[in-house]
Amino acid sequence: MSSTAEHAESHAHGHGLGEAVTHNAAKLGMWLFLGTEILLFGGLFAAYALFRAKFPDLFYDSHKKLDVTLGGINTIVLIFSSFTMALAVSAAQKRNRKWLMILLSVTFICGAAFGVNKYFEYSAKFHHHIYPETNIFFALYFMMTGLHMLHVFVGMGIIFALIIMAKQGKFKEGNRYTPVEVGGLYWHLVDLIWIYLFPLLYLIG
Amino acid sequence: MANGVMTQTQYIPYLAQKGLKSWILTTDHKRIGILYLVTISFFFMIAGITALGMRYELMTPELDFFRTATEYNIAFTLHGSLMVFFFIVPGIAASFGNFLIPLMIGARDVAFPRINLLSFWIYLVGTAILLSALAQPADTGWTFYTPYSIQTGTKVIMITLGVFVLGFSSILTGMNFIVTIHKLRAPGMTWARLPLFIWASYATAILQLLATPVVGITLLLLIAERAFDIGFFDPAKGGDPILFQNFFWFYSHPAVYIMVIPAFGIISEIIPVFARKPIFGYKAIAYSSFAIAIISFFVWLHHMFVSGISETAAAIFSFLTMLVAIPTAIKVFNWTATLYKGSIDFHSSMLYALSFIVLFTVGGLTGVYLGALAVDVHLHDTYFIVAHMHYVMIGGTVMGFFGALHFWYQKWFGKVFNELIAKAAWFLIFVGFNVTFFPQFFMGFQGMPRRYATYPEEYISYHSLSTYGSWILGLGILIMTINLLIPLWKKGRPESSNPYGSLSLEWQVPSPPPHENFEEIPTVTDWTYAYGKK
Repeated sequence: MSSTAEHAESHAHGHGLGEAVTHNAAKLGMWLFLGTEILLFGGLFAAYALFRAKFPDLFYDSHKKLDVTLGGINTIVLIFSSFTMALAVSAAQKRNRKWLMILLSVTFICGAAFGVNKYFEYSAKFHHHIYPETNIFFALYFMMTGLHMLHVFVGMGIIFALIIMAKQGKFKEGNRYTPVEVGGLYWHLVDLIWIYLFPLLYLIG
Repeated sequence: MANGVMTQTQYIPYLAQKGLKSWILTTDHKRIGILYLVTISFFFMIAGITALGMRYELMTPELDFFRTATEYNIAFTLHGSLMVFFFIVPGIAASFGNFLIPLMIGARDVAFPRINLLSFWIYLVGTAILLSALAQPADTGWTFYTPYSIQTGTKVIMITLGVFVLGFSSILTGMNFIVTIHKLRAPGMTWARLPLFIWASYATAILQLLATPVVGITLLLLIAERAFDIGFFDPAKGGDPILFQNFFWFYSHPAVYIMVIPAFGIISEIIPVFARKPIFGYKAIAYSSFAIAIISFFVWLHHMFVSGISETAAAIFSFLTMLVAIPTAIKVFNWTATLYKGSIDFHSSMLYALSFIVLFTVGGLTGVYLGALAVDVHLHDTYFIVAHMHYVMIGGTVMGFFGALHFWYQKWFGKVFNELIAKAAWFLIFVGFNVTFFPQFFMGFQGMPRRYATYPEEYISYHSLSTYGSWILGLGILIMTINLLIPLWKKGRPESSNPYGSLSLEWQVPSPPPHENFEEIPTVTDWTYAYGKK
């Protein structure tokens, strides 16, 4: 690792850390944090595996009550948002402020669309008197998608903050696009978790 | 250094700034360390007083001090959850970790100073939730086992929510420390030269990152179970109460090492300084922390030997449990070898370090007993477990913590305590601890179960002896605390910034260190333990 060289360089500028050190540190920090997020969901995945093995019929019958179309649309929306997020990071690296703001906004809108869609899905369930206590499958369904939804909201908050920062022109020079890249990593994780949730909950064969 | 220009700045100790704002908004790792130190000490005191209350109750077989058995249950729940989640898990890692890591690796601060402050605030929010839960405390024990934690009428949600929030703080601190150790080491501070406390903190931080999220989701599920009746842990709904135990111990066994590995690091720092010898088996000590960390993820089932698990699983986990003893013993042997032919100075911190080796060995070896299946079935949920646990936690972690307090006291606070009183307090603590907990091995072996407010007459001599011991222990801790508090209000600074002749970087700066630790980032040319060479 070249951290020593980076270090020497950074301290040549005085007491602050160099941009390269800050950038790498922030990325490493986010990756570690994402690892903990996966472990957080890991508990739910473990519970899912246990209960599905125990009650295969219950899972099969209950999953038919979920709306595959709505879930599918949401999957496409999220994958698309990951694409726009990746483009946003690229725009930030090229210091293209206009496109950065457009792409971040599109990502934000996708997140919101996902939330609205999910709201209709939940309402339909409640309308049919399906609640977390209905059975183990729906307990898992609500816990997993609920916790995921919470992460979507947090991600939207981060993206919103990035839009404001972009508007203030914070990502103009040097490696200062670090927040966009780190925020992007978080958003991809949110997307990735959904990609696992969708087949596990909606597409039980 | 690359830039040879010395800019002579005036020495301003980091403690110079006064006022509440300079504390609650500080991003200085040394101050954040103090904030943790004060908070964890507060909870240590409360939980300690609760323990004294429990011991007082157990003086006699009848229920006399507490009004009902439930009150006793609440007392041990409080004692356990405060000590575990609010004192010993964040304890050394957050207080000494914050203070020492940047100083030891030659950095000005941690990688993310603002996230560091955020961790502390989150910790405070967790404690606030917990304190509000004290109005109607839970009676489940610190493990919150289902199905009782779902059925009890006491308030379980608040206390678990408090612990859940603490988890965030723990994760952020762990993440911060790993990144700091990776990215901010001074030039020449290679991995093979790192102080062993840094290695220990690194292993601890990895455990915090890997284990905490799992207990987080477990407690979240327990909260959902109580709030929405989801039935994960309820057999009537097809759920599995044992699943809770699996989840819980998947975190909580590694958490045992979150509690004790930082203390290993501290002992490895104190012993070579006062033995005036290079640490023996540097690499073995460094790597064994990681061996412990890895194995600790595969032993959790040993808490569940009597919960009806399969015999094969039990045998495998019994074997893996005994395996942890190997890296742990490697450390003990290396510390002992460091002492061999050393010129030992019995400074108060060294006395704590030496008692650590003795007491932790007792705690560790009784752990091997308990890992053996047949023995565990006999001893499960008896006072033997209580004694074993306390030998590891007090004899291990708390001794390390007290040792660290005495060792780095001058550096951290820039004051000097009375060494003679410190030694006297150590003596009371050492004697008091053993009088309290050694009899518990015997009564556990004879069948006294834990968590009972009343007991048959035949155990009275053990129980009352244990209670007398708790008074000696309490007195010792009180004297030690007063001895460490008084100098803070006195004027004056220590004569030397390196009174014990340590070679570690933190001793090469003034006591207390200046705001950004180093006027100029040092270049490291040798490892930390080259004692006797010069």
